[in-house]
Amino acid sequence: MANLVLRDLVKSYDKTEVLHSISLAVEDGEFVVFVGPSGCGKSTTLRLIAGLEEVTSGTIEIAGRVVNNLEPKDRDIAMVFQNYAIYPHMTVRKNIGFGLRSSKAPKAEKHKRIESVAELLGMTAYLDRKPSQLSGGQRQRVAIGRAMVRDPAVFLFDEPLSNLDAQLRTQMRLEIKKLHQRVGSTIVFVTHDQVEAMTMADRIVIMKDGHIQQVGTPAEVYHQPANTFVARFIGAPAMNMIPGVARPGGGVALSTGGTLDLGRALPEGRDIILGIRPEDLHTGHDTAVIEGAVNLREPLGHETLIYVETANGDVIAKADGRTPPEVGEVVHLGAAPENIHVFDAATGEALR
Amino acid sequence: MAVTDEIAIKPSSEALLRDGPGKPPRNMGQILRFLLLFAGGVLMVMPIAFMISTSLKWPHEVYNLNFIPEEPTLENYTYVLEDGRFYWWFLNSIVIAVITTISSVLFDSLVGYTLCKFRFPGRYIVFIAILSTLMIPTEMLVIPWYLMSQQFGWLDTYWGIMFPGLMTAFGTFLMKQFFETVPDDFIEAARIDGLNELQIWWTVAMPLVRPALAALAIFVFLGNWTAFIWPLIVTNSVEMYTLPVGLSSFGDEADVAWELIMTGAAISTIPTLIVFLIFQRFIIRGVVMAGLKG
Repeated sequence: MANLVLRDLVKSYDKTEVLHSISLAVEDGEFVVFVGPSGCGKSTTLRLIAGLEEVTSGTIEIAGRVVNNLEPKDRDIAMVFQNYAIYPHMTVRKNIGFGLRSSKAPKAEKHKRIESVAELLGMTAYLDRKPSQLSGGQRQRVAIGRAMVRDPAVFLFDEPLSNLDAQLRTQMRLEIKKLHQRVGSTIVFVTHDQVEAMTMADRIVIMKDGHIQQVGTPAEVYHQPANTFVARFIGAPAMNMIPGVARPGGGVALSTGGTLDLGRALPEGRDIILGIRPEDLHTGHDTAVIEGAVNLREPLGHETLIYVETANGDVIAKADGRTPPEVGEVVHLGAAPENIHVFDAATGEALR
Repeated sequence: MAVTDEIAIKPSSEALLRDGPGKPPRNMGQILRFLLLFAGGVLMVMPIAFMISTSLKWPHEVYNLNFIPEEPTLENYTYVLEDGRFYWWFLNSIVIAVITTISSVLFDSLVGYTLCKFRFPGRYIVFIAILSTLMIPTEMLVIPWYLMSQQFGWLDTYWGIMFPGLMTAFGTFLMKQFFETVPDDFIEAARIDGLNELQIWWTVAMPLVRPALAALAIFVFLGNWTAFIWPLIVTNSVEMYTLPVGLSSFGDEADVAWELIMTGAAISTIPTLIVFLIFQRFIIRGVVMAGLKG
């Protein structure tokens, strides 16, 4: 059953429309990640769900009821903010229990819930500390605990890991994922980090300029990107985009020179873009068609990223970590046809 | 070799190690700065020292400018403290200063919070209107205040003395600036957690601006404690006088009893000193932060 349903959601500030007809159904217990560059509308969508912004048109349903006109407190949601928003003048216990202030549950019951959430998050020993006496990760746990204690229908996370250092971010990422597996709540998570999205999500919603570009599992958005934006946004380094023209019999004349046989029928004469991920573009491939000189190397240990200057700009490829080509060396790159994505040059949409 | 030997010592630290912390500064600029500060300190302390000195003098010695009284006496203190009116004035001042302080802290922060955290039509105009009242000198407001008090029957009452100070434009501005430092996430988190707007203001926002509240409380308390012109105009009966007004009434038409005025003033500084000493660190922090934010 869908726990959260967005129908034709539109948000405008004065006459500027920033969200354009967003529709999405989030299943009960699903972990959905909204990802996109700054200003794409992901946080606005989350704030609309939370009730912190007013919907211009469209509806939001949580657990089967339309919540458009309900106050945030009545929507059965809990939110974790980017800067934690835990109150510095309250202890961890009070912070976690803050969400229960308006609850009519008996004191003993509230106390029990605080204790059990603290235990789940490994914060029992810190219950009487103030936030200033906690590390960044512990503060984030308190913020999560404050959301958990209310046992809401939907958890909303607004870039909760972006204030943490790289190591802690990885650790918290795992912890949130484990927590989701254990608790099984519906989570809507906003981030601009595609690695976070890929590693945590059941489904990813990729947004740009207030539009949903694609909704899919991490594997789907990675292997079958809907358009060039998704293709370049997901995966690091970004996918190489090589313009070409479709030829009869499944061949593509590349702007970098040479013809590549994709073995599939494409509308003859149409301008297309071939998308090849750096990890799929190799030296010494049987069907190597891209030629160019290496102008930069980025050793990563087990492999080396090479930046190859071609007739139509740079492409990035992966080479062996032990014996990478030298800078200035001319290399021939190729990719297996099944790893080559084809997009319409005019619309940017995938051609399948 | 000891580990510490290998650590490079900064030149400034080296000088400190060589000269020790107690040595006087050699730099001329530093000496000048100390002299200037010392002169400033003397200028600030002189009136207070003179007030205490005068309060220990007999009437015939008051107009001598000697700092140490020839025949020091506590007679003035005995006289003032035995005068029943002094206690009335003291009580009046306490009541007025405390009520206006509480009221001002509450209302200034409430209005400041509203202007800072809510978006509503005319918000900017309201703020500018409040701010513009800061530019009108008290002397200009005294006549309208008096006419108003007369119309409402507030002359010679606590309410009459207090009403102009129950809320201040300065306090509203100060609090608005401080509430800018409270991230909106705190407010929104509380909203999601089920608090109403008044609860959010009281439970979440107010504790986060405690230094500003303390600073404002001290400013308002001191301002009302030392207020003279308005209480002088609005009060008629001796029992309703505040301390500054009452003290100024010592003496008669032919002569002013400066030794008694100074004695009363010296006693009246005690509560302000206590308030200031307790909240000193807040006032300094508050002023510094207000400066940064303003």
